[in-house]
Amino acid sequence: MSVLITAATGGFGPVDQQYLLEARQMQALSLAVHIPLVCFGIAFPPMVLFAEWRYLRTGDVLYRVLARRWSKVMLALFAVGVVTGTILSFEFGMLWPGFMAAFGNVFGLGFTLEGFSFFIEAIFIGIYVYGWDRLPAWRHFASGIPVVLAGVTGALFVIAVNGWMNHPSGFRLEDGRAVDVHPWSALFGNSYFWHQFVHMYLAGYVVAGFLLASSYAWGFLRGRWGRYERAALTITLSAAAIAAPLQAVVGDWVAREVAVGQPVKLAALEGLGQTTAGASEHLLGWYDGQQVVGGIEVPRMLSLLAFHDPNATVIGLSSVPVSDQPPVNVVRFAFQSMVGIGTLMALLGVVYLYVRLRRRRLPRSRWFYRGLVAAGPLSVVALIAGWITTEVGRQPWIVYGVMRVSGAVTGATGVPVGYGTLIGVYAALVILVGWLLRRLSRVPLEGDSRMLEGRDRAG
Amino acid sequence: MLADLPVVFILVGLVAYTVLAGADFGAGFWMLAVRAGRAGRAAAREHARHAMGPVWEANHVWLIFILVVCWTAYPVAFASITSTLAAPLLLAVIGIILRGAAYALRGQLDAAPGRRPIERLFALSSVLTPFALGTVVGAIATGRVPPGNAQGDPVTSWLNPTSIALGVLAVATSAYLAAVYLAADAHRLGERALELDFRGRALRTGVCTGVLALVSVTVVNVDVGAFGSRLTAGGGLAMVVVSAVAGLGTLVFVWRGRFEPARVSAALAVAAIIVGWAFAQQPWFLPGLTIGQAAAGRSTLVAITVAVAIGAIVLVPSLLLLFALHLRGRFDEGAAVRGSVSAPAGPDTAGGRPSRLAVAATIACLALGTVLLVFADSGAVHLVGIVCLAGGALATFVHVATLPDTA
Repeated sequence: MSVLITAATGGFGPVDQQYLLEARQMQALSLAVHIPLVCFGIAFPPMVLFAEWRYLRTGDVLYRVLARRWSKVMLALFAVGVVTGTILSFEFGMLWPGFMAAFGNVFGLGFTLEGFSFFIEAIFIGIYVYGWDRLPAWRHFASGIPVVLAGVTGALFVIAVNGWMNHPSGFRLEDGRAVDVHPWSALFGNSYFWHQFVHMYLAGYVVAGFLLASSYAWGFLRGRWGRYERAALTITLSAAAIAAPLQAVVGDWVAREVAVGQPVKLAALEGLGQTTAGASEHLLGWYDGQQVVGGIEVPRMLSLLAFHDPNATVIGLSSVPVSDQPPVNVVRFAFQSMVGIGTLMALLGVVYLYVRLRRRRLPRSRWFYRGLVAAGPLSVVALIAGWITTEVGRQPWIVYGVMRVSGAVTGATGVPVGYGTLIGVYAALVILVGWLLRRLSRVPLEGDSRMLEGRDRAG
Repeated sequence: MLADLPVVFILVGLVAYTVLAGADFGAGFWMLAVRAGRAGRAAAREHARHAMGPVWEANHVWLIFILVVCWTAYPVAFASITSTLAAPLLLAVIGIILRGAAYALRGQLDAAPGRRPIERLFALSSVLTPFALGTVVGAIATGRVPPGNAQGDPVTSWLNPTSIALGVLAVATSAYLAAVYLAADAHRLGERALELDFRGRALRTGVCTGVLALVSVTVVNVDVGAFGSRLTAGGGLAMVVVSAVAGLGTLVFVWRGRFEPARVSAALAVAAIIVGWAFAQQPWFLPGLTIGQAAAGRSTLVAITVAVAIGAIVLVPSLLLLFALHLRGRFDEGAAVRGSVSAPAGPDTAGGRPSRLAVAATIACLALGTVLLVFADSGAVHLVGIVCLAGGALATFVHVATLPDTA
């Protein structure tokens, strides 16, 4: 019997994994491929539905063509998202069996619920995209609504798990495994995940909106500027332009939650070595192990931002042993990139909203559209930088303060082989998807395009 | 009892995945393997591709469902399986990536130059994935995955006679299911030549799959006696018999051109094998680890049962709707509904100048939301702030996006 108990509880102690870094990179690569697709899963269905709603309200066929073309892209991106999501599910077990064995019973519920969200999204996205011309108009529109809702709940459930990893509760540790588990309150009674969820949900609109808008801005610069392109740009850019400034407000909230819940992460974001009263904020610069050098110092700003008090005490990195500190410069660089790009995107959004609301037209400056072309890829950079900030900022922990990443990793050999293979396959995938999107943008508009009027191709 | 319930969920998911996604894999197989029949290769490929369309995504979410239920309810068993069997799982992953990419691309490429290589890639990955997943089943069923972090042999755990036999059987089963379903679809569409082609393919692969199943049982018996003997006794034997009867019944149905019952009995034949595996293996999950020992604590089991029950209430009607539309041919070419193209245009109230009150309310919402989010500390106040911001953002969006475009 004792053998059986050992078998049931043991076997998942820390192992000597030579390739821990490769395992982390393999997971990071898979997440980096998946997250931009998630943004489209969140934000694209509402935009498509908005276009269809405009058609139903105005009878303007242009919006129908727009919704229909977009829905095809939406389906293709969703299909790839199903794939990359499945890969992640496999990798959790293949790379981090220690984590799954010890805590699957706590956070697994979140993924089970997310699985159902994904199901609903998959079912209705199929009905919606294949239902054009097949379902009565308003019923077709209605079939898209579950896709939008599942986008909200899917993100909610996944972020609930991440929130739990950052702020674990709802269990007791016994022999390295979670017992006395309360999965509902661990995931949804957790005060630490709502800000993460709102931040990620808005990021969906920023990224999907700017990426789509940037492709139409590219068209503007190349002389493709008919009614169709203008309508498409208006919808996508409006979404992104509103989301981007709001993201700054939400980001401020996130930072204050991090200051309270994960002070060491905040210290890494800001490169704060010693616990300091009236701590200053540094722009740019480099953390030399003690403090930030070569940056622009804004006195007392960090205390003010984090605690709304210029004299507040902010906990520094040295409050924990070096072995419990994240790699500061990686986290700090990612954080500053996210904030910097986010600020630029918010400004671009405000410019657009000003022109649109005051002058009741689209911007005309070529420089605006050049900026917009850059904003698309940059929004993805900001997204990935944000994930590096929160995920690397949690290091060395996989479950904050409870389990180290090194205690979760697989004991299997051959991690580099798997990693190398995945890099090759993903590189091929990225090239294929880029090629697909390029082709799609060149496919002539469908049969009903002849019903479009005012489609003037300059140049 | 409670500890066994998630096994039932996993089995339901496994049956659904094998039958539905299996048919998809099989359709991919026929894109590669098909020889010119009465209808020609291009028509057969086009038919196989079209049949997958609207249900493709939903079919493949079953795999995610199986994985998440397994890691929630039986975390140690899940971690043991995935760490020991990392190699075949990576193969399955590669197949899934290539297949998904090829599918997404192929859907956009009608008569384009890059189409054939993409189709070949799709077909090859449609064989690789079920084979790899079949070897995983073989490894678990023959007790080659001990509990613990990568404690099993990384190679022989999944490259052994039983695993290889089950991998091949998985590919054959997929091809067989797909042939039956494609014949049924062709029948519904009134495509006589395609129907006869796939009917012939269904009969041939049906016989092959049956023979392979018998070979597999023999291989399992030689490879690991204990599991094999439980497969030929009690509940396991009953399921093997059900599967055999359903398999023979399917052949008869297909032969006589009665495709709707054939669809059901083919699925039943596959389902019975999977349930038979569960019977043969119980009460063991892994060697030295029973299902009861592998199960998470009571609260987790209750939580997952509640989650699955709530999920099923939403999921089952949605799935029924999807398959009803699909199987009744509502997604077929020429099924267009009158009145769907030219919608009655309602009065366009949007786009005009909004009232001062609406503007003031929107600005107030955004300002209040910002203040509450930035300066409050309580969660409830933050929630109010988020609701204000969301409302303000939506109102702004609708206004900005519907303003007339004065070019």
